[in-house]
Amino acid sequence: MSSVRARAWLLIGPAVAWTVFFFILPLAAMVVVSLQDHANGGWTLANYRQFFTDPNYFQAMVNSLEVTAWVTIVSLLLAYPFAWILAEIVPERWQRLALMLAVLPFWTSYIVRSYSWLLVLAERGVVNDAMTAMGLVDEPLRLANTRFATVVGFTHFFVMLLTLTIFANLKQLNPNYRRAAADLGAGRLAMFFHVILPLTAPGIVVGCFLTFVIAMGDYITPQILGGNNELLMSQLVMMQIGRRGDFPLASALSLILMGVVTAGYLLSARWLKLERA
Amino acid sequence: MCILPFRAAVLLGCGAIMAMAALCPLGRSAAAAELNALVWCDHSDPNLLKPFEEANGVKVNLKEFEGTGAGFAIVDQSQPGDWDVMVIDSIDVPRGVEKGLFEPLPEDRLPLADLYPEVRMDDTTKIGGKRYGITEKFGYNTISYNKDKVDVSDMQSLAALTDPGYKGRLAIYDYYLPVIGMAALALGKKTADLTEADLPAIKDLLLKMKANAKLVGEVTASQTALATGEVDILVGGGEWVTAGLAKENPALDFSIPKEGGILWSQSLAMFAAGKNKDLALKFIQYVLSPEGQARLATSSCYWGMPANSKATLTADQKRILRFDEQPGFLKRAQRYPAPDSALDKKMQDVWTEMLQAK
Repeated sequence: MSSVRARAWLLIGPAVAWTVFFFILPLAAMVVVSLQDHANGGWTLANYRQFFTDPNYFQAMVNSLEVTAWVTIVSLLLAYPFAWILAEIVPERWQRLALMLAVLPFWTSYIVRSYSWLLVLAERGVVNDAMTAMGLVDEPLRLANTRFATVVGFTHFFVMLLTLTIFANLKQLNPNYRRAAADLGAGRLAMFFHVILPLTAPGIVVGCFLTFVIAMGDYITPQILGGNNELLMSQLVMMQIGRRGDFPLASALSLILMGVVTAGYLLSARWLKLERA
Repeated sequence: MCILPFRAAVLLGCGAIMAMAALCPLGRSAAAAELNALVWCDHSDPNLLKPFEEANGVKVNLKEFEGTGAGFAIVDQSQPGDWDVMVIDSIDVPRGVEKGLFEPLPEDRLPLADLYPEVRMDDTTKIGGKRYGITEKFGYNTISYNKDKVDVSDMQSLAALTDPGYKGRLAIYDYYLPVIGMAALALGKKTADLTEADLPAIKDLLLKMKANAKLVGEVTASQTALATGEVDILVGGGEWVTAGLAKENPALDFSIPKEGGILWSQSLAMFAAGKNKDLALKFIQYVLSPEGQARLATSSCYWGMPANSKATLTADQKRILRFDEQPGFLKRAQRYPAPDSALDKKMQDVWTEMLQAK
């Protein structure tokens, strides 16, 4: 028994060591740093207080949540039909190629892609030029350097992520569920909403949660595409480091952000009963 | 039976490697023929580095950073001796000296007499009678614009930046110190005398600028916005934005308005714990030499004025940098605000409020 236990420890030892060295200890260090005063190194709660009392800081969290909500909703609305087409309509032998083509844009650099969107959405960019040429607008619309641009940049990335998780879920569905629903008289819509959609919920939730986590913490996309016309939490954190090197405040803001992401995980896991008994 | 011990050994080996990876610092080897430099992006141009590397048979390892705080953080996370030289805002040299990072430089082995006197900034680069930093490059945070799109006479006053006639045609450079300095100039205040009491008026002016602005962007974003015609004016721009783009877009220019511009200045400092101090000094001497200065001034990342007035720039490069107009520009320029930590924090909070304003 003891040799089994020792072998078990040997097996999980590296993973435990990895988690301790690269997650627990850095996290503990961040907690300690977040409780320090940048000016004199003394202990203080002022870094946390600033977030909750300064409306400009709190607004950054509100902005992050709003942007993330938009990104998640739009990405899901685009990704589900896309995954459905790939899984149900595209012939099996073309599905791999179709998936590869779908993720092809992501072989390019994330930063280059963001700057490309900036040029596409610019006043004299492709979108405005096309709309003006078609007579849809008289004056170019202000698309770049807005929240809209940030949402577009994020959505471009997360549609693919959600497509992959939903596609995988759709492919795993046992066809007997559909046959049973059809035998019981369900129409196509009823079958989708009462059988397929609930069964693909895990894929949706996994994709949405990953979207939520990555979008909440991403700095590059809002920085390049948002034009700094509003600050998100990730930008607020970076701002503390640039010139002042205010790691205590940056740590406190990061931990608050992490708390919100953790709450998001707990809510989604509980709601959809993802945890195993 | 014999498989399990082998697996265990493999696992133990992996565990040991991971533990070593976790415990050992991932530092670079600091061979004698290598110089490790913490730099801004203009030093990464091979056109600047190659002549030095070839002449001395050495390799220069670079790590780019933005912002003094970020630079110090890298130093804090490194082993003593990992770094030999650092590029730093001239006004921030005292912060490095306070932390005990820098080695005094031998003034008699540096071309101090050839430097523009206005950019030597001895009050921040010399501490306790010892020189810890030497200015290598400077320029202005002022108004960059597209002269085909704006009334050039308007660009001679900072009042244009809050003129509703330019609504939606401005970008603001995202660095609070120089732009707050410009707001102070617009209000007739001296950047060296700013106090907390000046911040409400500065904030009001920044909010008016923001109302006219399409974006507040870091270097690349603001440069792109001006170059692509997304905006016609860049608040906080200068030769560092327009000079590098002059060949592609000659309509881009900059002015030093009647109220003045903000002088930026970057220095080189040598680390006290550096392992290659002789080589570090050679590097500083090379960058400060007329040839090194010309190469640094026209770096592919951004152009700027060489601190050494004898830099071997071509006539065309001098024209683009408006070399001959420098004495007049320098007379009207004021330095970056250099707030203490408490005022710096308040300035950053004012900037945060401006960014969040709808």
